[in-house]
Amino acid sequence: MSILVGAQTKLCVSGITGREGTFHSLRNRAYGTAVVAGVTPGKGGSDVEGIPVFNTFHDAVERTGANTAMIFVPPRFAADSILEAEDAGIELIIAITEGIPAHDELRVYNTIKKNGRSRLVGPNCPGILSPGKANVGIIPAAFFREGNVGLVSRSGTLTYQIGNVLAQSGFGNSTIVGIGGDPVPGTDFIDVIGMFEEDAETELIVMCGEIGGDAEERAAEFIAANVTKPAVAYIAGFTAPPGKTMGHAGAIVSGSQGTAVAKAEALESKGVLVGRTPTEVAQAAVSLLGAAA
Amino acid sequence: MDLLEYQGKQLFARHGVAVPAGRPARTVQEAVAAAEEIGYPCVVKAQVQIGGRGKAGGIKLANDRAQAQQHAQAILGMDIRGLTVHEVWIESASEIASEYYASVIFDRSAKAPLLMLSTKGGMDIEEVADEDPDAIARLHVDPLVGFQDFHGRRLAYEAGVDADVVRPVGSMLAQLYDVFIEEEATLVEVNPLIVTPERQVKALDAKVTLDENALFRHPENAALRDPSGEDPQERMATERGLTYVKLDGDIGILGNGAGLVMSTLDVVAQAGGAPANFLDAGGGSKADAITSAVEVILSDSRVKAVLFNIFGGITRCDEVAKGLIEAFAQVNPQVPFVVRLDGTNDQEGRRLLAEADLPNVHTESTMDGAAKRVVELAAS
Repeated sequence: MSILVGAQTKLCVSGITGREGTFHSLRNRAYGTAVVAGVTPGKGGSDVEGIPVFNTFHDAVERTGANTAMIFVPPRFAADSILEAEDAGIELIIAITEGIPAHDELRVYNTIKKNGRSRLVGPNCPGILSPGKANVGIIPAAFFREGNVGLVSRSGTLTYQIGNVLAQSGFGNSTIVGIGGDPVPGTDFIDVIGMFEEDAETELIVMCGEIGGDAEERAAEFIAANVTKPAVAYIAGFTAPPGKTMGHAGAIVSGSQGTAVAKAEALESKGVLVGRTPTEVAQAAVSLLGAAA
Repeated sequence: MDLLEYQGKQLFARHGVAVPAGRPARTVQEAVAAAEEIGYPCVVKAQVQIGGRGKAGGIKLANDRAQAQQHAQAILGMDIRGLTVHEVWIESASEIASEYYASVIFDRSAKAPLLMLSTKGGMDIEEVADEDPDAIARLHVDPLVGFQDFHGRRLAYEAGVDADVVRPVGSMLAQLYDVFIEEEATLVEVNPLIVTPERQVKALDAKVTLDENALFRHPENAALRDPSGEDPQERMATERGLTYVKLDGDIGILGNGAGLVMSTLDVVAQAGGAPANFLDAGGGSKADAITSAVEVILSDSRVKAVLFNIFGGITRCDEVAKGLIEAFAQVNPQVPFVVRLDGTNDQEGRRLLAEADLPNVHTESTMDGAAKRVVELAAS
């Protein structure tokens, strides 16, 4: 098993006719993901290397049975596209777009929550990869192999870094979920950690957090109350000065809120091992898995 | 993007929030002319984005023309905790019967706007929150429903504002919520919100942070950005589409992806070094972006050594190597570089670097090893 994306995924890409959209849609298809449709208003009836393009998500869903959306449109159009996918009944919406206005994210998050029929992952995320099954997004699949580590992260490149060390040690992943670096992620650590806890294939959970917000602190509480599988964590941004946005819109220490120290302490106080470097986290995961094997 | 006090007040005024009459000034002459127009007594206020202006002598009352001139002269050009005052705001002096606090905050945790109101205005609100948390009334607004009058009444009664101003304080909260939503702010704060002896309610200060990602919808707000107040490297990086944050140390850092760069800073600090900057060259960086980034890092004269930490996903290591080789051809760096290339096309990247045989460039295969090496080189 894996979570969120797999053999059941039927993907529709919003923005498939753009340069990046085309590139990654074809990469995802080459990996084995069923990319069944694309949406670009005004280009309905055309195709991208055999993938049919529709004017609306509603057409795409009706004609192809798409159940998963990937959002690749520029930030000013992204909220609209996400809400269109939601309105068309798409179950899982993965938003890669970086730079969506915060108030748009607030409106999208609360609308999806109120309607209760879709899950949003991202925005500003690298997507989701279930090695050997499906890749939706921009995660370079070559670094990852099938295995039993569930990985959830606010950062793309740190995920690759940790996944690579795991792979070099002979371990692989059930699913890698990038939840994104924005202030209002559609899906949070606790949602994904809960899914990994239920997933038969996942034997160990690695979470990769960073400064800003309180998602890591809430994850610590959640793990203590609900998770039986071993968990290892990494937190980036110990040296980040307060009040400065460190690349990701959500990575900011506001006053005394959202520091790396507070997050690491919250996790450690609940028995989660927190590695000091990405390499140390991967090594800790390897030693825990080795001990279990 | 943080606004100056007077920019915030001008924004407030457009949404009906009562603020004292005032004018901005960049020279002493302009300041005196503004004071003459506004009348006395008036207040000369330093416009810098930092708290504690009053304590630093950046806010002064003027009772006549001579005092206005004297204060403007003293305040313009003054240094307040590292920031130079380029502008003052001349404002009609207000009489104060009560000082309250009001704010609208983008609450990431609750994923909703949070309204706060307190009768303990005029002090640091984090201190109030620590010492007397019950003195702050809090209420979330469902962003799909928006502000309703009852929100204002509930907060006003709960905070315990004087009975005769419950209605006007509620109205001001509604207007501040309008500012927050319509201008796409992430913070709107008024401290103090005052009640005058005539029982008028006014915003005596304004702290507004706007969402940079939404500025494309607000060109008039985007124009408020003042590049002269920004750090020269940060300005240069912004112009080149790079994400750069200046830090206090002497080791220049470049990486790809915000998380990896943050992590690189931490690993360098653990190895005993002090990073000079955060620089994310972004996903899929091409050679020219790398060249551009090297120029930004080296334009900071404190930098004694540079660490490139690249894990290629979308970014290709051979492109990074080409960019570095090109940068060396253009800028001829005088400091050592440590380069860690791993991931997509890493072997090709390392081969290109080895062939180019750049002076004082050291390659490392791991992040931890690279951090250790650059700290040694910076210290030597």
